Amino acid sequence: MTSTATETRSVVLERELPHPPEKIWRALTQPHLIAEWLMQADFLPVLDHRFTLRADWGTVDCQVITVEPNRSLAYSWVALGLDSVVTWTLTPTNTGTHLRMEQTGFAPDQQRAYHGAQYGWPKFFDNLDRVVGGLS
Amino acid sequence: MPTTQDALFRTLADPTRRALFERLCREGETTVGALTARAGISQPAVSKHLRLLKQAGLVQDRHEGRQTHYSADLGALAPLIDWTSRMKGFWQKRFDHLEDLLNRMDQ
Repeated sequence: MTSTATETRSVVLERELPHPPEKIWRALTQPHLIAEWLMQADFLPVLDHRFTLRADWGTVDCQVITVEPNRSLAYSWVALGLDSVVTWTLTPTNTGTHLRMEQTGFAPDQQRAYHGAQYGWPKFFDNLDRVVGGLS
Repeated sequence: MPTTQDALFRTLADPTRRALFERLCREGETTVGALTARAGISQPAVSKHLRLLKQAGLVQDRHEGRQTHYSADLGALAPLIDWTSRMKGFWQKRFDHLEDLLNRMDQ
């Protein structure tokens, strides 16, 4: 694998929430609550714990990297050819919490992605159908 | 970027158009005549679909004599393949669900 074959990129989302960090921490770390907003998970807030997120479109393999209760949580996120890390940061504010999510990862290079799409047409278009169906 | 994606989704949402695009991906450059022979619709209808695919940047055309050759441009799919735009949409929805959940939870 050459250095040009992968490229690190990030997705960052931030939101001000009118809730205390402790409450948001529960939603981020308790399996029955995670299931309500993210996916089914056998999550434990324990360093190096391996868990799987399950959705109807497939699974995501994860491992806990950082646990700082009510402040920071990070886990690896490996799915659909994407090797990434998801980091949650909770910062208390006067009105609640500033929640930040950053996902940083390596994606296959464009050429391989196009190739994959070309050979994976049936699946690609199945998914597309679902997305388009969901839009209308 | 969402506009580009909307156009791609709209264009590929039509099964006939999608079938034409898939054929061009599989078989490489093809003439309108050859596409019509197996499309099960008239040549004007095929041409119309190809025009829309071209507008969305999904195919390119090349004129040679009286024939027009079409080929797929997979680069147009980049916005759909790029994982960051895909994941951004995913997380935005999840943040909405998280906020709903927080509003329902007890302190």
